[in-house]
Amino acid sequence: MTLTLFPPTATPEPQAPLQPQGWLRYFSFSVDHKVIGLQYLVCGFLFYFVGGALAGMIRTELLTPLSDFMPRETYNEVLTLHGTVMIFLWIVPVVNGAFGNYLIPFYVGARDMAFPRLNAVAFWLIPPAGLLLISSYFIGSASQSGWTAYPPLSLTTPATGQVIWILSVLLLGGSSIFGGINFIATILKLRRPGLKLLQLPMFCWALLGTSILVVLSTPVLAGTLVLLSFDIIAHTGFFNPALGGNAVVYQHLFWFYSHPAVYIMVLPAFGLVSEILPVHARKPLFGYITMVYSIMAIVVLGLVVWAHHMFTSGTPPWMRLFFTIATSLIAVPTGIKFFNWLATLWGGKIALNSAMLFSCGFIFNFVFGGITGVALAQVPFDIHVHDTYFVVAHFHYIVYGGTVFVIFGSVYHWYPKFTGRLANETLGRLHFVLTFIGFNLCFAPQHWLGLNGMPRRVAEYDPQFTFVNQLSSVGALLMAISTLPFLINMIYSAFAGEKAGDNPWRALTPEWLTSSPPPVENWKGPAPLVTHPYGYGEAPQPQAVGASSP
Amino acid sequence: MTSSSVPSPISASAASPAQAADLSVADAGAKQGAEVSHQAEAGHGEEEGHGDFRLFGLATFLVADGMTFAGFFAAYLTFRAVNPLAEGGNYELELVLPTVNTILLLLSSLTFHRAAKAIHQDRTQACRNWLLVTAALGFTFLGGQMVEYFSLPFGLTDNLFASTFYAITGFHGLHVTLGGLMILIIWWQSRQGGRVTKANLFPLEATELYWHFVDGIWVLLYGILYLL
Repeated sequence: MTLTLFPPTATPEPQAPLQPQGWLRYFSFSVDHKVIGLQYLVCGFLFYFVGGALAGMIRTELLTPLSDFMPRETYNEVLTLHGTVMIFLWIVPVVNGAFGNYLIPFYVGARDMAFPRLNAVAFWLIPPAGLLLISSYFIGSASQSGWTAYPPLSLTTPATGQVIWILSVLLLGGSSIFGGINFIATILKLRRPGLKLLQLPMFCWALLGTSILVVLSTPVLAGTLVLLSFDIIAHTGFFNPALGGNAVVYQHLFWFYSHPAVYIMVLPAFGLVSEILPVHARKPLFGYITMVYSIMAIVVLGLVVWAHHMFTSGTPPWMRLFFTIATSLIAVPTGIKFFNWLATLWGGKIALNSAMLFSCGFIFNFVFGGITGVALAQVPFDIHVHDTYFVVAHFHYIVYGGTVFVIFGSVYHWYPKFTGRLANETLGRLHFVLTFIGFNLCFAPQHWLGLNGMPRRVAEYDPQFTFVNQLSSVGALLMAISTLPFLINMIYSAFAGEKAGDNPWRALTPEWLTSSPPPVENWKGPAPLVTHPYGYGEAPQPQAVGASSP
Repeated sequence: MTSSSVPSPISASAASPAQAADLSVADAGAKQGAEVSHQAEAGHGEEEGHGDFRLFGLATFLVADGMTFAGFFAAYLTFRAVNPLAEGGNYELELVLPTVNTILLLLSSLTFHRAAKAIHQDRTQACRNWLLVTAALGFTFLGGQMVEYFSLPFGLTDNLFASTFYAITGFHGLHVTLGGLMILIIWWQSRQGGRVTKANLFPLEATELYWHFVDGIWVLLYGILYLL
């Protein structure tokens, strides 16, 4: 009985370093979900700066009514690259890939994603796709047909750039689908035993909904773009009216993906903000169940509203009626979430730190974008402002004022987890103030421009719009400046920031119940069972963390 | 091992007030345990309890793949509903060969099923034979498709129907080709000393699921493109 053939299992076996450790692992084919999450995050930020530079070029061109800063074709390339980079290389990978990969395994009590290698493949599709896309600008001509690539425009603009654009988006779509499959399998199948679905943090639900949308809608875009490439390369006529094809079918198929894509960009942000608010308001998330149902309602409705982008495409009246009603209905679950966030804040012990400021900024901007969204769902109004700067303003209020604000808030919130150090609060608040003022100065005037008839995607405009455009450009400049304190903060704090400890926010969600930064397999011991991730201030509250009060 | 028997203070607030109060008292007693108890370590339950979810992942992928076909079918049906064909085009297709092809593909689903059943009963050789039959049926189907392509009176760019027909059947043919290769690979891997054994059935099951999916898509395709 005393003879033991094997060492006792309690001793941790030394792990063979199969993969590079230290900073090198961020450049390796790592299968650690935390490494992949940060790879997504940093890669996304690099592309954000590219897309931001392109936005700066657009706003510089629009300082004057004439197209004097760059040729019109270049302007078209720049706006196409700006849209594609920001959507496919910045927002979608960051809110899904970065935060999803980093947080979801913690939230379900797992040591990694369900398919770690598929996860690494999904990430490593992104840098080549992004470089391919950007390189098209330097090898002749980038795509000039906007991020929507509507035919017949996309069939008449230079083919090389358009085909490279298609290839790049196909790669990114593949990455997105792989990520979506991984999230669905992780959330549904890899949950720690004893953890029920309705005990998961809200971000899991948001990402589950998002991944369902990704899996259902992205393949349709992929198929459509393959057909579009046939039209360009093989001269088939799927979408070419001159060859008997139907350009509106492209629009239907494109928006069948690209409307859900808006939710793919914004639902994870809903989830992230639902994680941040309870922690910094020290209150449970208000209306958990209604939040879950709202997310699922948004997923279902999000799949059947695509034609509201096409009210001027000769859609028949019954279709307009259906899509107007369906689109307006989305305001209900979205409104529920909005009021739930407000109720979460109501009476809370709010810490107005950078993460909270950006989250509140999100709520403010998003309700603005949501209201213009409901307005745009109404056919008569939509026809009036279709393809004007009103749409540009609405869209940026959703994806920048909404999602990007949440991304910044999330970076501040989880920075101690990523690095083990606190980000500098002063710089963070400066960043927020500059971004908030810059953003609203940049995009609020564009509502007026659109209502007065300034079309989007045109390098020139009526001189009467000059002053308001310059105002908007000043806002853009402020936004550009606002990234400086952010960058300085991120780099400086990583080396010299105040040590954060494991749980500086005294948060209850599982990612904080381990060291910062977490060990390779997330927990030294077994995974904790967290059934009340938002149990702040609930009576009888066990003296969970801090344990300072009697 | 016991994932539920260790009480968690975090979950305690959900329990009845009395029980929760008890726990709080217990916690207060074990003052030093505040941090630890919060972490609510609950055994090594996670090392077990997760079944093989690889098939689930594949099924999710197949849903995505199916949506690609759904997009193609929707495009085809819309074209057909609203776009008149150029002169000389029509939607009629020769039916004999495709029908035979349909039967071949459905048979191949059956033979694959037999193969899976055989390996479950430890009859590896029978399984390998059925796999070969399945692959042969699949490649015969592809041959039939080739014959049809070369005998059709229209080419890829002749009209909208022709383009859509070739795009959809071609995309499906790509799936069959891939599936046929996968079957040959698992046929090779199920040899004596190969990786596919009764203990490691995932490659076979995954290929089977994929193959049934491809056959199902063909049935839909046959109905929509040929019969409708």
